[in-house]
Amino acid sequence: MTHPEHLTIHEAHDLLKSKQISSVELTRSMLKRIESVDPKVKAFMTVTGDLALQQAAQADKKIAEGECGPLTGVPGVMKDVLCTKGVRTTCSSKMLEHFIPPYNATVIEKLYANGMVLLGKANMDEFAMGSSTENSAYFTTHNPWDLTRIPGGSSGGSAAAVAAGEGCFALGSDTGGSIRQPAGFCSITGLKPTYGRVSRYGLIAFASSLDQIGPMTKDVTDAAIVMNAISGRDERDSTSVDCPVPDFTRSLNKDIKGMRLGIPKEYFVEGMQPEVAAAMETAIAKLEELGASVERGVSLPSTPYALAVYYIIAPSEASANLARYDGVKYGFSFQGTDSMWEAMEKTRQFGFGPEVKRRIMLGTYALSAGYYDAYYLKAQKVRTLIRMEFDKAFEKYDALITPTSPTVPFKAGEKGDDPLAMYLSDVCTLPINIAGVPAISIPAGFASGLPIGMQIIAKPFAEETIFRIAHAYEQATGWQKMNPKV
Amino acid sequence: METTNPIPALDYETVIGLEVHAQLRTRSKMYCSCSSDYANAPPNTHVCPVCLGMPGVLPNINRQAVEYAMMTAQALNCSISQYTKFDRKNYPYPDLMKGYQISQYDQPVGLGGWLNIEVNQKIKRIGITRVHQEEDVAKLLHRDEGGMAYSLVDVNRSGVPLMEIVSEPDMRSAEEARAYLVKLHSILRYLGVSTANMEEGSFRCDANISIRPRGTDKLLAKVEVKNMNSFRAVFRALEYEGERQRKVLSQGGRLAQETRGWVEPEGKTVSQRSKEFAHDYRYFPEPDLPPITPSSAWVENVRAMLPELPEARFNRFVSQFGLPVYDANLLTENRETAEYYELLVSSDPEVSPKEISNWLVGAAAGILNTSGCDIIDFGRRVNPQNFTALVKLVSKAVINSGTGKVVLEEMFDSGKTAQTIINEKGLGQISDTSELETAAFEVIRDNPQAVADFKAGKAQAVKFMVGQLMRLSKGRANPNMASEIITRKLGEL
Repeated sequence: MTHPEHLTIHEAHDLLKSKQISSVELTRSMLKRIESVDPKVKAFMTVTGDLALQQAAQADKKIAEGECGPLTGVPGVMKDVLCTKGVRTTCSSKMLEHFIPPYNATVIEKLYANGMVLLGKANMDEFAMGSSTENSAYFTTHNPWDLTRIPGGSSGGSAAAVAAGEGCFALGSDTGGSIRQPAGFCSITGLKPTYGRVSRYGLIAFASSLDQIGPMTKDVTDAAIVMNAISGRDERDSTSVDCPVPDFTRSLNKDIKGMRLGIPKEYFVEGMQPEVAAAMETAIAKLEELGASVERGVSLPSTPYALAVYYIIAPSEASANLARYDGVKYGFSFQGTDSMWEAMEKTRQFGFGPEVKRRIMLGTYALSAGYYDAYYLKAQKVRTLIRMEFDKAFEKYDALITPTSPTVPFKAGEKGDDPLAMYLSDVCTLPINIAGVPAISIPAGFASGLPIGMQIIAKPFAEETIFRIAHAYEQATGWQKMNPKV
Repeated sequence: METTNPIPALDYETVIGLEVHAQLRTRSKMYCSCSSDYANAPPNTHVCPVCLGMPGVLPNINRQAVEYAMMTAQALNCSISQYTKFDRKNYPYPDLMKGYQISQYDQPVGLGGWLNIEVNQKIKRIGITRVHQEEDVAKLLHRDEGGMAYSLVDVNRSGVPLMEIVSEPDMRSAEEARAYLVKLHSILRYLGVSTANMEEGSFRCDANISIRPRGTDKLLAKVEVKNMNSFRAVFRALEYEGERQRKVLSQGGRLAQETRGWVEPEGKTVSQRSKEFAHDYRYFPEPDLPPITPSSAWVENVRAMLPELPEARFNRFVSQFGLPVYDANLLTENRETAEYYELLVSSDPEVSPKEISNWLVGAAAGILNTSGCDIIDFGRRVNPQNFTALVKLVSKAVINSGTGKVVLEEMFDSGKTAQTIINEKGLGQISDTSELETAAFEVIRDNPQAVADFKAGKAQAVKFMVGQLMRLSKGRANPNMASEIITRKLGEL
């Protein structure tokens, strides 16, 4: 086992099951890998070495007893937005620097029940607000394919960890592209499930009506395996949907002959890099070659408004979701003031970073008396329009194909001063959250050694369709097997 | 320069609307499974990540609480919304764990109802604007130790289900406001949806009060009055506030739109904050909770769960049992008393309902007063059959009513039956003619003066001698028979 760090979940599972490697050995080599590359990549907020080895030993015991599920003993990385009982959960914010949750998120419970080993918590943009991890209050994560570039965000730590072999897989969260965009930038697989498919209980809320948790993996098979473990209705999340969870791995290894794919023209935006456009052309040609019938020039005319809708709805919800951080109950608390109000204000002044404050202000403004109808209510109406356009498109097509991002990963600091330029890097992913539909990003090639992602979108609860197309493409191209040299 | 015109002494009328918050009597909290029975719990023992507002938690609707709100709305003649949703009401305060309260803004559970009140023998209909669902906040305990002021937070109450009932501005006096509250209180208790205890804070009332020249539509400044912790306080505060507003105007002053607090010991309202600095709550739909669309079957099931309400019961008591209004009113004031009364009446059809009522609103009420027990405790100690048996013994003149009262007290203390107590203590009324004749003989023998008075034509002499006979029999003599025998024996002299 020369490179255990690049093992996928299913590869690791085969080795664990056949006892060619123990979970403790696998976990040790992952921890060693983290030790050697993370000083360069900086994917981790917290590494939980001791806990991981304990969990690995337990997993080995289970395996010895003949109990070896697909995730038993497999080491994973969790975005630091997911509450882990007894393990610090910071949201990469000063506000939660020392916050240790007293409970596990539902997805963490489920993964533990499946025998996962927790390697640690991944860096992110503060409270999941950003597209590069540059908004982390602690440090920026580096793209393993080019350390001078950002890995994308907000789940940039999760993406970089998986790409750099610092874990078999990761979980991320996606509010406007936060799983897919970094997955695309790091050449891994990242799925944002249908809104309601995965319980949000224990996901520290950014924008409640948009947030979803999803897998970030080394290939499509792994994404299906993780989805099998984390999907399903949860009594604790009233927005989780009681929809049967299929065995997603059954959608793999099927051909895509005769599948109808649409290419929406609005996603090939101005300012798109020609290399990305070229890679998309090649990818689409490959899909046609595999037997899919492709229609170009499909139109979803409200797409250009998605960005505006997003930057009203998401900050509005965030402004309420982040109101609880007042220094009274947990987290950072500014000391030494004369009054309660001053203490609360100072706590928020020094506890939150600039992007978080910007969005709280945007949201507070949009919800204010006299502005609500013009902003929030209008945005909700346009949201309905965007949804209807997707519904209509899916009457005709099994899936829509777009680039994940208009560009390859950019340099750290390149867009730091221009929030709008940063927001634009999510134009292809935002509408998907607005509509609540599922979408995946899978590797679709490189431009000068920098990853390009392809996005496959399907109708609500049609993750199986997505897996089927993604797996066929992946098997035909082999992009997922490329690993960066860190 | 601003001049103030002396305002002629106009005739103003008071306009009052009430907002009532009632805690719902559910076992668990509104959005989590913590026990909502916080009253006697040590601080911060009924808490979990959800009601603590921890990062990452989500609310989960308590179905029972929604049903209670639906029941209340139906009892108040509201229509039940076919689509009701929750909204976030944003404001920062350390007793509000999430920084927002999950409430209902524009699509509440129930809309457009009414209830009847009675003031000065006149029935008046008060409109109910809406019934909506809310959650309670934590309790802040302010401390001051040697000049060090600090506050403690007890989160037990956070997330306890609340229901807000908003009335139309239909009340025209403090008296009407009190009658409305008493009626609403009684309905909530009948429904069993709230303990509705004003002192303990499970039934809270805020009032909006303004005045206007009689005969006009336009209200002057609306004043919100808070901090009234009893029916009496509501009455006094609104009396005071109406007068205060009239006084301000008669002195040429201006009324401010503001919130005022009732200061009980001083008997006055004091300005708390001006409405110009009112909060913008930035309501928006709660994304964590899907809207509720109650099926008509559900609505009908809830309707079927409604008990007979005070007004209907009152009417029935008058018609079915032939009770006077006074009795029916007292008996139907709370559900428990009414139910106990019905058990009494049904336990023996031979005993007249009016007689039972006399005993319940008379002697039994007296025992409740002195013992501090409620009717439920009373019923547990004096079971309905036993009580009715006692009433029957009195009506059959086995004992007289004075003795009956003593027996009832003893029944309440010991739980024994009336007959047992009468037997044990030899309290049975003496209706045996020979026994009474012997006693009458003794009374006449020992009171020659009274006999002389009788012969001189003084009628009171008979009464005196009957009294003597009663004393002799330790009150057990049948008074009618005693009087008859004495009169007869005197006539024979």
